[in-house]
Amino acid sequence: MSEQTAAEADLSKARSERTGRTGRTGRLSRMFYRSEALRGLGLLSPALLFMLAAILVPFGILIVMSFWTASGFDFDTTWSLANYQGFFERPIYMALLKRSLWISGIATVATVVLCYPMAYYVAFHVHRNKMMWIVLITLPFWTSYLLRVFAWKVVLGYEGVINSALMAAGLIDAPLQFLLYSQSAVVITLTHAWAAFAILPIYVSLEKIDRSLLEAATDLGDGPVMRFLRVTLPLSLPGVTSASLLIFIPTTGDYITPALLGGPDAAMIGNLIQKLFGPINNWPMGAAVSIMLMLCIALISGVFILLTIFLRRRIS
Amino acid sequence: MSADTYITRPNRALRIYAVIFLIVLYLPVLFLPLFSFNDSIYIKFPLTGFTLQWYADLFAREPVWHALMNSLKVGAVVAVLSTIFGIFAAKAITRYRFPGRGPVVGFVMLPLVVPLIIFGVALLVLFSQMGVKLTLYTVGIGHLIICLPFAIATLIPRFEGFDRSIEEASADLGENAWWTFWRVTLPMIFPGVMASLMLTFTVSFDEFIMAFFLSGTQPTLPMYIWGQLRFPKELPSILALSSIIILASFVIVFLGQWINRGANGRTIRGE
Repeated sequence: MSEQTAAEADLSKARSERTGRTGRTGRLSRMFYRSEALRGLGLLSPALLFMLAAILVPFGILIVMSFWTASGFDFDTTWSLANYQGFFERPIYMALLKRSLWISGIATVATVVLCYPMAYYVAFHVHRNKMMWIVLITLPFWTSYLLRVFAWKVVLGYEGVINSALMAAGLIDAPLQFLLYSQSAVVITLTHAWAAFAILPIYVSLEKIDRSLLEAATDLGDGPVMRFLRVTLPLSLPGVTSASLLIFIPTTGDYITPALLGGPDAAMIGNLIQKLFGPINNWPMGAAVSIMLMLCIALISGVFILLTIFLRRRIS
Repeated sequence: MSADTYITRPNRALRIYAVIFLIVLYLPVLFLPLFSFNDSIYIKFPLTGFTLQWYADLFAREPVWHALMNSLKVGAVVAVLSTIFGIFAAKAITRYRFPGRGPVVGFVMLPLVVPLIIFGVALLVLFSQMGVKLTLYTVGIGHLIICLPFAIATLIPRFEGFDRSIEEASADLGENAWWTFWRVTLPMIFPGVMASLMLTFTVSFDEFIMAFFLSGTQPTLPMYIWGQLRFPKELPSILALSSIIILASFVIVFLGQWINRGANGRTIRGE
């Protein structure tokens, strides 16, 4: 250890001699070279400072604003809990929050369940061209979220692909009403739009599984089902956890999908926030609703993470 | 390899599932180009005939070109900035141990898991309190937040995949830090840099939620589309525009992945 630092000191001394920097700047540059921490943080600082300025500062102001109240076109900046009181007293807020959690919860479960076999297939049954499969699966995810949602409007619409195809085939006389503007339309669209976020983490955790463990299970007499339940599934749980969080958290705040496909029964909390900052023009209330959404998400994610840690301990 | 064949024996049901999965993944998106060539104002079956009219309409529209220019400008600047920040950050994360590395990395990756609407309104509140007018610059700041994690995640495997003793050798041979970076590090990570530029450009180009809150009177292309969705008679042209955007995004992303293919394989298999 000390030998190494001595060597590093020699090296940095040699460097400072070479660059001709001696005295104070030389000492500083030597210190800089010697300290990994300083160099690391120095390199990270542009990204970090930007993120601090662009995330923490606005967040702080959002929290402050949530304690103001709207008065006409201006803000009343005296501190008050009125927005939060309103949030709990007027049923619409809680109803929308609960519905958002419910819809994205269902969408998350559906996505994970549908994507698990896909990830399993690529991890265990594709031997050549794995990369090609991964690129094929992730490619649609890089295109505009708005356009993928719009595509489902074209598919599910009143005169959309499904309805017009069924009518042209003579299977139905009138368009099916329940396809568009319903919670199921939102769930279908979310499931489709977030598939890549489920497949990648699950695939990575499946790929990490030591194949000899599976052989061991087989040698010890487990059939395919027991082997999956006792070895593969538990070992892939970390991937399932991150997939669930990667989908659940962002979709709770989604407002494009409900706005395009949801109709009145499927409005979510994101639509309310957007309206409060737009046409309703009550920013302090919007700030309070955003804070409540974040708190709720943090709480649920925390519980979920603790639960999976507990589950993993029980298994191993 | 042969030892695990009885574990990974071909499974026909799974294979069929995988193929259907891919079809369902692509089909809805492919309906947009299909109907964009259809000779009818209504988006429905049966198709009535082939036309390029909607594409021709698009070229005649001035606002589309403005929106396109706005998106290109923001996308290019955001791609360059987030890739430069990403190079520094990825190097710091892979090369140096420093206190609080875990939490710092987690913080920088935060935009991947926080609903974007929250970032959008928080920045909106900040700008309005600071008296900053909403312009393409404010959109760019919003996009930078989203693109930075993608840039870092694309570049980290490149830094992990190369032997750092080459950098040390260069330093020992008398190059200073800047020239070492320019002549040794950059050429080695170059495929990752190209991939990062392409991916972050696409993410910014396609982004809607941040632009919705932060764009003021200068719409980006997705904002323009959103505005036109309300008018049923505009839909065929929007289909044409969407088809062009989807094709361009696919091509750029595919090229990016292809250029960076070595590193991608490593990340997905390893970390």
